[in-house]
Amino acid sequence: MEQLLIDYKQILSDYVVNRKEETLYNGQNYVRQLIQKNVAPEDVINIHRKAVEEIYTELPDSLSHAYDFLIEVMVQYGMKTREHQSLLIQKEELRIEMEIAARIQNILLNTTVPKIDQLDIGMISEPIRKMNGDYVHFLFDEEEDYLSIAVADVVGKGVPAALCMSMLKNGLETLEYGNNDPSYILQVLNRIIEKSVDDGMFVSSFYGRYDVNSSILTYGSAGHEPALYFNSKENAFCDLECKGLLLGVMPEVKYSQSNIRLEENDFIMIVTDGVTELRDCDVIDSRNLLKEIAFSIRHLPAQEMCEKIYLELQRLQDYNLEDDFTIVILKK
Amino acid sequence: MELNIHFRKINNVLSVFIEGEIDTFTAPKLREKLESIVISQERLIELDLSKVTYMDSTGLGVFVALYKNVTRENGNLKLVGLTARIKRLFNITGLSELMNIEVGAKVE
Repeated sequence: MEQLLIDYKQILSDYVVNRKEETLYNGQNYVRQLIQKNVAPEDVINIHRKAVEEIYTELPDSLSHAYDFLIEVMVQYGMKTREHQSLLIQKEELRIEMEIAARIQNILLNTTVPKIDQLDIGMISEPIRKMNGDYVHFLFDEEEDYLSIAVADVVGKGVPAALCMSMLKNGLETLEYGNNDPSYILQVLNRIIEKSVDDGMFVSSFYGRYDVNSSILTYGSAGHEPALYFNSKENAFCDLECKGLLLGVMPEVKYSQSNIRLEENDFIMIVTDGVTELRDCDVIDSRNLLKEIAFSIRHLPAQEMCEKIYLELQRLQDYNLEDDFTIVILKK
Repeated sequence: MELNIHFRKINNVLSVFIEGEIDTFTAPKLREKLESIVISQERLIELDLSKVTYMDSTGLGVFVALYKNVTRENGNLKLVGLTARIKRLFNITGLSELMNIEVGAKVE
């Protein structure tokens, strides 16, 4: 500290006399010493004060008090600045971790839409934040000619939802081999999830199994928004109502299932509540809106329909959708 | 939009009046308030949702958590004054068959 004072006093007295650029440069170099020796801001002021007092011996006492005051202020300022910096560092660390988690989630939960001659499948799933709370799972069993579709929505966002989702995916993958009934699948998924989530968490899920040969879709729902069925012969939509409790609320729950046969040009839209729960818009209205849009573009391939509906709803909501958004369309 | 929560205790009924929008931002406040409720077998907890103007699935999560907690402690929970939109949410999720729910306006 003594050497720092001597150096500073030299630079300061030079500057007061000559006010040269060169002396300012020396001042800059001096800062390096300060940083190397980890000198706090308030100590720098103390050095300055001592230097001033040594250069000008006849200073009024009040100036010395003014320095005392400044030093006090700088002590506080230094503390706050360090606190702020450490918070910024923590925040940055968290951000990086979230990004890694989101990347892992994307790899884990990556959905590929199967290509089947007898059924046109489209899908869109857009997360509102980095991690998607919606999940779509397809499995096509070529030997049995069955296509399974699960569309799930995990309540809650971020990391807990992502962990829950991985559990769901693992459950689905273990279960799906073999021709299982949707009611059975939902029952087992419920058991898996109920055991492992905390109280406020649950999953809603639509589960369907499509028999490629008979064109029959067998489906069940665990508290999920009813899927929409378009009957091309009658040019009308109807809800695929199928009651069932959310996954993860109660330990032993039985689920029912229903069948529907798809005819040429019929299609089924499975959505999550991000599509129908639009704020300032009644659910019934938003479902009607969805039907209207889908009806007007029903001649398009399923994938294009999904994309167009997303763009249109986004536009109608002023690009301000509030939830993860997922639509799956199965079209014969 | 603010979320307001008031409690009123009359004999063995604890009424909770919830007013406003329940979404991702307000749900933590509601959860905290509901978690502070003392659950006992003799007491009925009655949530009045007639002034809830919007609720998403995060809000549903708060009620599911309370329901689980109350069931564990052998307490009694009732939801009253549900608007059509909120009732629909409970219907679709299958919760209306599990929980004690009363629709429509409640006489004060």
